[in-house]
This record gives sequence, structure tokens and C-alpha cells, in this order.
Amino acid sequence: MSTISREEVAHLARLARLEVTDDELDAFAGQLDVILQSMKTLAEVDTDGVQPTSHAVPLVNVFREDQPQPSLPRDAVLAGGPDTAEDRFRVPRILDEEA
Amino acid sequence: MTRIIDKTAAELAAAIRDGDLTSVAVTTAFLDRIDAVDGTVKAFLHVDREGALATAAEVDAAVAAGEDLGPLAGVPIAIKDVVVTKGLPTTAASKILEGWIPPYDATIVERIKAARMPILGKTNMDEFAMGSSTEYSAYFPTRNPWDTGRIPGGSGGGSAAAVAAKMAPLAIGTDTGGSIRQPGAVTGTFGAKPTYGGNSRYGLIAFSSSLDTPGPVSRNALDGALLHEVISGYDPRDSTSIDAPVPPVVEAAKAGANGDLTGVKLGVVKEFKEGADAAEPGVVAAYEAGVEQLVKLGAEIVEVSCPSFAYALPTYYLIAPSEASSNLARYDGVRYGLRAGDDGKHSLEEVMSLTREAGFGPEVKRRIILGTYALSAGYVDAFYRKAQKVRTLIRQDFEKAFTQVDAIISPTTPFIAFAFGARTGDPYQMYLADLYTIPANMYGGPGVSVPVGLSEGMPVGLQVMGPVLGDDITYRVAAALESTQDVLLADTAPETEGK
Repeated sequence: MSTISREEVAHLARLARLEVTDDELDAFAGQLDVILQSMKTLAEVDTDGVQPTSHAVPLVNVFREDQPQPSLPRDAVLAGGPDTAEDRFRVPRILDEEA
Repeated sequence: MTRIIDKTAAELAAAIRDGDLTSVAVTTAFLDRIDAVDGTVKAFLHVDREGALATAAEVDAAVAAGEDLGPLAGVPIAIKDVVVTKGLPTTAASKILEGWIPPYDATIVERIKAARMPILGKTNMDEFAMGSSTEYSAYFPTRNPWDTGRIPGGSGGGSAAAVAAKMAPLAIGTDTGGSIRQPGAVTGTFGAKPTYGGNSRYGLIAFSSSLDTPGPVSRNALDGALLHEVISGYDPRDSTSIDAPVPPVVEAAKAGANGDLTGVKLGVVKEFKEGADAAEPGVVAAYEAGVEQLVKLGAEIVEVSCPSFAYALPTYYLIAPSEASSNLARYDGVRYGLRAGDDGKHSLEEVMSLTREAGFGPEVKRRIILGTYALSAGYVDAFYRKAQKVRTLIRQDFEKAFTQVDAIISPTTPFIAFAFGARTGDPYQMYLADLYTIPANMYGGPGVSVPVGLSEGMPVGLQVMGPVLGDDITYRVAAALESTQDVLLADTAPETEGK
């Protein structure tokens, strides 16, 4: 039995803002199923009482002095954007016309 | 007669310091080599002849003025395209960053510049460092200099191939699940994944932040160690970097070159041996011949049990894609690189989806979807959280093993370089390339791959893993193994001109 359906993959792609094609959906659903089957083996492992590891080398509360530092020059940063106007990144409309 | 490009980085540095060679002559020799063979190998995405020669000329002027320069001053280097370089195009081999010129340098690049090393250019890789063959580069695959019909490993196939084909004496790679060590193994070069946090990730384009580690690519352990010391150390701009002295890797590589491993205990993982059906017989044979050499040098082999290693691969393929799905959310078509579908009709959200569809390749999309799945409500405990707990067990296996042994050895990768297209149809077959390298990433300790022999005429690597901040022992063992080879394996790669 497959672990992940074509519809689920389409839903996940929407959540991740990926406009995937029908061909990609077909391919990904099968491939992700193989991958997820292998991951089910983790259920065999007894992890009762085991703390999760989020980082390789445990560190807590890394603080630094709150000292002002020069930031990157605005023009240099804006130069990397696909579209800019009035010293800002320009984006397509965010709200529908009716909104 | 030894050509400039045949010399090691240590030899080149000494010759430049002593005034026997100029950095301009050295840098020119490697740039000319790139011109001669990179049309075939395709290791570079961008070559900066002008910038490299300018740095070289500065070094020559400094040498002439009697300045005391660093240990690798004047020695050129290639940098994996996932590391940002001010003023030089940086794409992570993705279309979504095509044309982006970073306004700043990664910390490790600042350190390379401070060490006065000319930067030859940026090397090819699997897109966003996701892959084991460089076939997932959005631009072109890199070819293995040993056999141009085969892959050079990945994700850092460009850096490994550049060093193997003598287009660069040194290169920078990054290792999230094996992306320095596996390309090293299949191209007959040396590659080291340092202790996580031993150097800075600032300016590394993020894939999986709890795993990503930059490190050296070279022809031998001593050269790798020299570069390791240049790039390592605490950086306040990376809160996960470790504020501790850099392990003495250069001293260790020099000690190892004496060929004495008396009293050194090397662990072999019982569960890797039991899973030996995953490794090709030719790889196992070359590896075991290497183990015999290490025993002759005085090392003692001790079997250690690491039962959780059997689960390292699925653990990695939950943790890394989960972190990637979050890290890659920043590619929204607003602040850098590509924007697609901005025709005045599509909304911002639609433009984001169209940009990401057009800008990401298939493996990146697969991993974003996989990570989104593993982090979604209802699955997060069964998948992501479970994987984090198994990661703890893998760390505990390492910690227990290192109470019994000084280092752990294994083959670096289960198979020699495969033919193009052999594993792209089934992603899981590609993932198996990192079977032996992933555990060290889960743990955070260092791992190096050193050439150990050939199988079917193709290089095989031996991996040495050490305890956290015990990078020195991995270099010592690797250098000792090199001392048993009459000619360094890296020096026997076939020439690639005219193919």
C-alpha cells in the first residue's frame, strides 16, 4: 500500500508554494512513496525517554554584546533583487482588486 | 620533470615563500590547466582569472618586500558555489540564484582572502548541495577525471574533480551528509568534514543548518590540514560555531606521515560489516587491503557496535529535508535571483509559486515536499521528532565507541563512481551513496576520506571518523595510510586532455 497519494503530494506542493506539473506529481508520488517506506523502519527503534537532538554540539543561550555594526550598503543589497523601486524591493500586488 | 600543477599545496607555498616560484606563475599554471581540460571535466561554474591574478601579484609584491606571509599565501584555491563570494556570481548551481552577485563574503572566504590565497573560481555541485553525483546541477554535470563517462560524486563533485584533474591544488567543499567525503572517495582525492561548529557557516547558503559543515578538498592530508587551519575557528556571526582552540591538524598530519600508528586503536563498526552486502566487493577488497596496511603501521583494530547506524539513512532523509524546506522558503522571487510570472496579472503568491517551480530542479522539489510532509501536523511526531530522537541514539553510539577506540574506520562510500544516469531514476539508490558518511554528520564529529586503492580502475576511499573536536586523529591516520603508498593515488589520475 502506498504511503502517500498524488493528492497529498499536490497539497504539500501548494503548502510549499511549488506550482508543480502533472508529470512531476506522478513522478514524485511514486518516488516519495519509496523514500517514506524506508523511513517507516524508524518505528522499530525504541526511543522512549530519549531526548531529541536538534543540533550536533549542544549549546544553550549564545549571547553577544548588543553593539551596533555597519550593515551592508543598501544599494549593494537592492542590486541583487529582480525588481526594485524607490530604494525598496518591488513586489507584485498582494491583495485582490476587490479586497 | 614535475610541472607546477603536479606539486602539492605545501610544496607550492614553500616555493613561493622562498622565491623559487611566483604566485603569478603558479596561479597562471592552474588557470591554463583549467583552459586546457575544463571543457571536458566541467568542474567550474565561474572562473575569475583577473581576480586570481591580481591577488597573486599582491602576494609576489609582498614576498619581494620581505613580508612574513601565512602558510598558504599565494596558493590558489577553488570554492564550491554554495559559499558566497563578494562580487563573484554565486548560484548554489540553482537557476533560482542565476545572476546573483553576493554583496558580502562568507567568513571562510574572508579567512582565505586574509591568508592571501588567489580564488580561481566557483565549482559546480548538485543544486543546493542535494545529491551525490553533480547530475542535479541546474547547469551541467561535472565529469570524473578518471573516466569521463562517470560521475565525480556529489554534491561537491566540482571541487573534487577540479583537484583530481589538477585544475586547483586546493578547494573548499561543504558536507551535510557526505558531500566532501564521497566525491573525494570516487575521484581519488582527500576530503575532510571537520567537526560541526569547528568553523563558521556564516555565508554558506543554508541547506540543513544542523548538519552543514564546510571543509577542505586536496590531494593529500597535509594540504587538507593546512587549509583546515586557515578556515577554522570561532566566529561570533555563527552562534553554533565552537569557541575552542582549533585541533592541531597540521601537526597531526606531519606526525602521521612518519607512518607510526603504534598504540592507536581503530574501531570497525560491526553493523557496517554486517551490512556489507551494500558495499561492492571491489570496494571492500581495496578497503581491507588498507586496513592491513594500518595494522602493519601498528594500529590495533577493535570491533565496535553501533546498532543505531542502521537507521542513519532514513534519519538523515527526514532531518535534512525538513530543515531544507524551511531554509529554502527564502527563495520567493523578491530579494535575489529569479522572478517568474510577474506579468501584472499574477498575485504575489502566484508569482512565488511560479518562481519556485521555474527555479528549483527535481531533487530540490522532492526534498522540499518531503520536508514539508515530515513537519506537517499529524506527521511531525512520527517522522521529524522521531528522527531527532534516533539522532540522539546515533550520537550515543559514537560516544560509547570513542570510549573504546581513538577513531573509527570504514569504506567512505559503498560503490565506485557510477555511470551518468545510473541512479537518477530512483532517488533512494542515489541516497545509498552516503550510507557510511551520514552517521558522522548526525553526530557532529569529524570524518575524512583518504584514497586507499582502486577497484575496476576507479578510486576507492577509506573513511576515518573521530570524536568531536578530535579532528587531529583523523588526519594522523589518513597521513599514515598515505605514507604506505609509493605514489599518491591522486597523482595517478589519467590525463584528461583531448578526450
